[in-house]
Amino acid sequence: MRLTLNIWRQKSANEPGKMVKYDVPGVSEHMSFLEMLDVLNQRLIKQGDDPVVFEHDCREGICGCCGFMIDGVPHGPQRGTTVCQLHMRYFKDGDELYLEPFRAEAFPVVKDLLIDRSAFDRIIAAGGYVSVNTGSPQDANSLPIMKQCADMSMDAASCIGCGACVAACPNASAMLFVSAKISHLGLLPQGQPERDRRALRMLAQLQEEAFGACTNYGECEAACPKGIKLENIARMNRDYLKAALSYREEASAGGAA
Amino acid sequence: MSFTLDARIPSGPLENKWDKAKFDFKLVNPSNKRKYNIICVGTGLAGGAAAASLGELGYNVKAFCYQDSPRRAHSIAAQGGINAAKNYQNDGDSVQRLFYDTIKGGDFRAREANVYRLAQVSVNIIDQCVAQGVPFAREYGGTLANRSFGGAQVSRTFYARGQTGQQLLLGAYQALERQIDAGSVKMYSRHEMLDLIVIDGRARGIVVRDMVTGQLDVHIADAVILATGGYGNVFYLSTNAKGCNTTAIWRAHKKGAGFANPCFTQIHPTCIPVSGDYQSKLTLMSESLRNDGRIWVPLKQGDTRTADQIPEAERDYYLERMYPAYGNLAPRDISSRAAKRVCDEGRGVGTSGRGVYLDFAESIGRLGQVAIEQRYGNLFEMYERITGENPYKVPMRIYPASHYTMGGLWVDYHLQSTIPGLFVLGEANFSDHGANRLGASALMQGLADGYFVIPFTMGNYLAQVKPGGVDENHPACAAAKREVEERTKTFLGINGKKTVDEFHRELGQVIWDECGMGRNAKGLDHALARIPEIREEFWKNVKVPGSGNELNQELEKVGRVADFLELGELLVRDARVREESCGAHFREEYQTPEGEALRDDQNFCHSAVWEYTGDNQEPVLHKEALTFDNVHLQQRNYK
Ligand SMILES: Cc1cc2nc3c(=O)[nH]c(=O)nc-3n(C[C@H](O)[C@H](O)[C@H](O)COP(=O)(O)OP(=O)(O)OC[C@H]3O[C@@H](n4cnc5c(N)ncnc54)[C@H](O)[C@@H]3O)c2cc1C
Ligand code: FES
Repeated sequence: MRLTLNIWRQKSANEPGKMVKYDVPGVSEHMSFLEMLDVLNQRLIKQGDDPVVFEHDCREGICGCCGFMIDGVPHGPQRGTTVCQLHMRYFKDGDELYLEPFRAEAFPVVKDLLIDRSAFDRIIAAGGYVSVNTGSPQDANSLPIMKQCADMSMDAASCIGCGACVAACPNASAMLFVSAKISHLGLLPQGQPERDRRALRMLAQLQEEAFGACTNYGECEAACPKGIKLENIARMNRDYLKAALSYREEASAGGAA
Repeated sequence: MSFTLDARIPSGPLENKWDKAKFDFKLVNPSNKRKYNIICVGTGLAGGAAAASLGELGYNVKAFCYQDSPRRAHSIAAQGGINAAKNYQNDGDSVQRLFYDTIKGGDFRAREANVYRLAQVSVNIIDQCVAQGVPFAREYGGTLANRSFGGAQVSRTFYARGQTGQQLLLGAYQALERQIDAGSVKMYSRHEMLDLIVIDGRARGIVVRDMVTGQLDVHIADAVILATGGYGNVFYLSTNAKGCNTTAIWRAHKKGAGFANPCFTQIHPTCIPVSGDYQSKLTLMSESLRNDGRIWVPLKQGDTRTADQIPEAERDYYLERMYPAYGNLAPRDISSRAAKRVCDEGRGVGTSGRGVYLDFAESIGRLGQVAIEQRYGNLFEMYERITGENPYKVPMRIYPASHYTMGGLWVDYHLQSTIPGLFVLGEANFSDHGANRLGASALMQGLADGYFVIPFTMGNYLAQVKPGGVDENHPACAAAKREVEERTKTFLGINGKKTVDEFHRELGQVIWDECGMGRNAKGLDHALARIPEIREEFWKNVKVPGSGNELNQELEKVGRVADFLELGELLVRDARVREESCGAHFREEYQTPEGEALRDDQNFCHSAVWEYTGDNQEPVLHKEALTFDNVHLQQRNYK
């Protein structure tokens, strides 16, 4: 099949970008979307043009590297699918598509379709962990965990940190991402001691970054390639409220002076 | 620059070696730890665990990765699980048995002492990961669930659905982010290591390129860790992520680190077959599927009927037939070769004829679709997304693909390479898997190295050297940087006619054809002649657009492919001189009458360690003899 692609081209963060039209013939239905772009890029290189920059690594839908907008939808039209797993059989001959980077103030464009998502790392660093040093734990089976809790925790932990939720949200809010981590750890007994602190610290960092507020559009859930649920946001809000009312950071580390 | 190989294996009985070593190690006083700087290149399972643990201990760590975040390392893609000798199932497992299975699975080409330690610390890994909040699968009673993997008769594999690597990596990543927040680790994402700096015989630093601005920088430290993963992408098509490369370890090799057993590369039996020449990578279908899927091909050659039209009596469940004891769970190398054999016989399925069926009809009938969905739901979905076929209804089609590299930089018992101060962890080293790795053992090894070995051995090394002493102004730094600059300029100046990918594919095809699942002298000689030709053309005719001082993905690739073109030759050379079959290294000249690998313990019971001697010069082969005091050398038998 033959497609027409309009692709956002932007040389660097400081230069303006624009849409550029490309004719892409000879697309096979078995190709993945990224393989189709590979074919375009090989041609551009041979013509002496700059290939289109897009982020990717595993191409298995798990590393969270890939992601851009296809006709205004993060990762394109197939639900529950990252763009690296999207196959051309979902398109038809003659289609004209518009490819743009995820748009959000907190995700500045680096080049073409590739963006800077380091804000996500900073949010995790603020509290998205269990504070346990290597070498100190007890035997794993001495802590029984209800299967249902482990399963629900796993559902939330499946987030790949791609940023589609932010790109889909009219407010560019990152609540689905943050709440997925808070749920993953908060649903497990290991996550309890730091539950309050985690919610307060992660949400404080969220304020520092340029994400918007959540006003319950629910677009994030629809765009998530891993099926992360909105109920996580409700859980996070409860944790935050409770923590805001009861938790105080220690004044000093205490102990022997 | 020549080296001698001293594995520094502690004396005494196998079971006590690690305890003895730990006791004998020198310690760094807690208040001195922050005076030491450590560079950790790679933040996958091995590097992430190491950087976090060393940061917790109080060292100053700088960590590097080429992705935009440490959470995206290739470890994230591991599906099936992680082994540990917990014996939670009470099915006869023990440290000794995991040790034995690993040695045997590796076809007696790994070092006993290292493997035993790996089995010992395996139990701590699970404890550590659970404490971090890794949501492993559970039974209704709340205890941890296990499954079986190839090459084992016990259930010792822990898993988190089909996303075990993801969950383990997120555990390590979160521990790492905690240290970044605490200030003990400084993280450099989107930075690629392009050279190693050796000063006065010690690894002291690296040259890195900021992949966004193109700026080259030098970082200096008291010790350097490489945990940069495997080189399976030398085949071009593999299950590895697109960015997986050999550059870090190859550069270190050229600076004096011995490269061990490069020809020990694993071909995974269960991947989705190639569909066209645009193919950019191959997708793994976790081996855990072999717990419930049955592998078969038609009995007749050239049978073009669809699977449902072929009656039971006309199917050949060849693994169950040939290896009744292990059946569909025979080790990877054996299963891969068997698949190749039936396809070579003209019994392969799918349009290309390079595929075999992995059929779930029987287990769906026995357990119900829901049970199968719970176990493998995400894998089934992935398969359908890629192929457009529903594996609940029609059997999957699978074929072997390059997956894992047992070879890597040689390390001693302390995980130190032949360059003092250069430590190598995870898939990047050669240590524990011999000639073939068992499923679910790579995650185990990466985390063992990172959480439980390097914190001890690094302390022992640092305790014996003074902190500091050289800085970024040392002449060796400027020289290393200049070399990288010049190489970049050369790449950009060639302005030839072929793309980087075209050369990479060409190299990959030669290695797949001549040095893949079956190898022989004639084919290897052909590859040894062909690879230098490709390399020569590459340096004259490759085209790299753009410049060096911007984000330039083609420039990133060209450097990696240049290194693959050199490593590829060493890989073939190693396969050529190892005139025996062992594990994944199957030399067609050396097989038993039943077509199994025939080892030659008289002449090849060693690790082959290659020393670099200069561009276009023959490398020198060193041998580390392997001695087996605790297991009996025997022919592997999975029947
Ligand atoms: C599809 C798939 C499934 C698998 N499933 C399993 C399984 O179920 N069980 C199992 O035990 N094993 C499995 N494996 C194998 C296992 O995942 C890997 O062997 C293991 O994760 C490697 O970990 P690592 O830390 O050594 O390297 P990686 O995770 O590959 O990390 C490498 C790190 O090095 C960095 N890096 C690389 N080069 C450079 C450079 N030049 N400069 C700077 N940084 C660099 C990368 O950014 C990354 O951070 C699987 C492998 C694949 C491909
Ligand atoms: S490339 Fe890894 S998720 Fe798409």
